[in-house]
Amino acid sequence: MTEPVLSVRDLKVQFVTRRGVLKAIDGVSFDIAPGEVLGVVGESGAGKSVTGSAVIGLIEPPGRIAGGEIRLKGERIDNLSPEAMRRVRGKRIGMIFQDPLTSLNPLYTVGEQLVETIRTHLPLSAGQARRRAIDLLAEVGIPAPDRRIDGYPHEFSGGMRQRVVIALALSAEPELVIADEPTTALDVSVQAQIITLIKRLCAERGTAVMLVTHDMGVIAETADRVAVMYSGRIAEIGPVRDVVKHPLHPYAVGLMGAIPSLETHADRLVQIRGAMPRLSAIPPGCPFHPRCERAFARCAVDRPEPLDRDRRKVACHLYDEAHAEIAS
Amino acid sequence: MTETPFVAVRNLRRVFDVSKPWLNRMLEGGQKQYLTAVDDVSFTIRRGETFALVGESGSGKSTVARMVVGLMPPSAGEVVIDGVPINDPRRAADVRALRRRIQMIFQDPYASLNPRWRVERIIAEPIRAFSLSASAREVHERVGELLTLVGLHPADGDKFPHEFSGGQRQRIAIARALASKAEFIVCDEPTSALDVSVQAQILNLMRDLQDRFGLTYLFISHNLAVVRHMASRIGVMYLGRIVEIGGGRDLFVRPQHPYTRMLLNAVPDIAMTGRLREAVQGEIPNPINPPSGCTFHPRCPFVFDRCRREVPPLEAGVACHAVAEGRIAAA
Ligand SMILES: Nc1ncnc2c1ncn2[C@@H]1O[C@H](COP(=O)(O)OP(=O)(O)OP(=O)(O)O)[C@@H](O)[C@H]1O
Ligand SMILES: Nc1ncnc2c1ncn2[C@@H]1O[C@H](COP(=O)(O)OP(=O)(O)O)[C@@H](O)[C@H]1O
Ligand code: SF4
Ligand code: SF4
Ligand SMILES: [Mg+2]
Ligand SMILES: [Mg+2]
Repeated sequence: MTEPVLSVRDLKVQFVTRRGVLKAIDGVSFDIAPGEVLGVVGESGAGKSVTGSAVIGLIEPPGRIAGGEIRLKGERIDNLSPEAMRRVRGKRIGMIFQDPLTSLNPLYTVGEQLVETIRTHLPLSAGQARRRAIDLLAEVGIPAPDRRIDGYPHEFSGGMRQRVVIALALSAEPELVIADEPTTALDVSVQAQIITLIKRLCAERGTAVMLVTHDMGVIAETADRVAVMYSGRIAEIGPVRDVVKHPLHPYAVGLMGAIPSLETHADRLVQIRGAMPRLSAIPPGCPFHPRCERAFARCAVDRPEPLDRDRRKVACHLYDEAHAEIAS
Repeated sequence: MTETPFVAVRNLRRVFDVSKPWLNRMLEGGQKQYLTAVDDVSFTIRRGETFALVGESGSGKSTVARMVVGLMPPSAGEVVIDGVPINDPRRAADVRALRRRIQMIFQDPYASLNPRWRVERIIAEPIRAFSLSASAREVHERVGELLTLVGLHPADGDKFPHEFSGGQRQRIAIARALASKAEFIVCDEPTSALDVSVQAQILNLMRDLQDRFGLTYLFISHNLAVVRHMASRIGVMYLGRIVEIGGGRDLFVRPQHPYTRMLLNAVPDIAMTGRLREAVQGEIPNPINPPSGCTFHPRCPFVFDRCRREVPPLEAGVACHAVAEGRIAAA
């Protein structure tokens, strides 16, 4: 097995507030291999973005990493100094966020920003860096890149700006790209262009991608593997086809059935009762148990740990051998 | 089939003045600028039917919705509901009588619910405004009924909107719409701000209520799968115009207009893992300066000279010269 680019083990992130310690991430583990796209899905508040922020070292107080390890190519990065982490970000980890304007400075031209990032991380002259910036803009599909490079972010449309951000994220040839809802703010017809672009560029470079989104459609088409998050934990993680078409975890089953599809026409959508719990009131045992149709006594007491099943990991007591008789 | 439609929208048009203020124009130069948000939009909805408008951001869906419920006057064209042209001053009395029967639900239920009122008062307001119940006690009971109907508890009437989740607030908005015994509900992206599991709850609820009360819906969304799920007939909008209109099944199985084909090809769908897609070209142009002729022509793979000159009329449900001339093979 090749060494994973990113390896997260038992990650815990907490926010210390007046109402107590909120466990936003509570024991999350996953790996991403070189060239692999890991999709992270879940409903709002599930902990997708906090997981991404933890990996790039951007958890701000009152938040803190309260446990676990994050390794980039085997090297721990969760305990680096802010200065060292800043060098890892940008150079070894590229970032793409929902709103391209958060990644772009309105006061500088696109070219100035690209050249600066490139020269911070790669030993190139100003001229070489500019050449490389133009090539990158061409690669992400900006027409007339030698002219557009001198434009300011506001002169680009939303889709074009997101292309510039992708160029920026890839400019220092990172090993890992974290993309948090990269297409959520874009029009449907542009979404597909951007997703295809991220996937193609990273595949060509062997870059690992963590793609965070609440859009199952995007994941279904882009990711190699997918992690379904619920209440700060991973309910199920495995190959995307398996998890989307034949989910095992009751929450994943409900989630897939709740999504209307163009292909399969259902009269009624699957309904999961209730809503995701607030962080201040996460139920004991399995956090999904008050909403779960299949819950049994143990679910309210024992926390389900991830179990290996069918090439995936599922955190549900139904798949525990000791309870197989109840599950069947 | 010649049954008169419950809602008829005819050649609706809305132009916004987006010029800089007069003084700036005087000092900096520049002319008056107009944006045609909706142009020549026509459709009908039968009683008890769900008709949907789908399109990308800025295509004019919300502007149509606002004109249909009478929140905004059209620049041209008319909206006729149950035989009453809603912008005809001579029919003011009929229009007033119609008000109670038309309601609207918005994307952000929080913005549409008065944050300082308790839920009971919010839901009771239309009952009082249209004098539908006599005594305070009757009103209270009716509110309890409505809350139960939308899956909340009568005791929730004592709470304020901020005490509810997004999905629950949308339930409150639906209860309020039903409070006036509405028959026609215009829903503008009612689930776009909700999580998918909550969206499923709300869509199921809207369908149940439709079956139960024979409601007529104009359902607006940018999400094709949601529209497919909810509507029997669908209009696809692009830059203010309906480019294709038809039954849900036909439209999704045999899309004709190049834009509809492109959209269907572009939507990531959960049933399509591992599918290869064709690259979609370009982005939506600036509506202040739309392309000539068919506004889709800069992005269209089937474009020919006529497209740049003439606006294609909506014929047999499709507004496209290439389709009209039989240049495109059926999908
Ligand atoms: N009050 C207004 N003044 C000026 N322009 C407006 C106004 N309202 C809407 N527009 C413009 O009209 C066009 C159509 O807007 P509309 O809100 O109807 O689109 P929409 O299809 O509902 O889009 P979305 O999916 O983003 O809600 C847009 O270009 C918009 O900027
Ligand atoms: N700065 C913060 N202070 C307190 N709670 C936070 C903070 N940031 C995030 N959270 C909480 O952590 C949980 C996970 O958030 P997030 O990762 O943003 O979810 P999502 O899956 O929608 O991206 C949520 O309950 C959120 O409210
Ligand atoms: S552990 Fe129990 S409550 Fe949790 S998902 Fe499995 S069956 Fe449901
Ligand atoms: S009219 Fe011409 S440009 Fe417009 S959609 Fe049809 S073929 Fe394309
Ligand atoms: Mg998020
Ligand atoms: Mg709108």
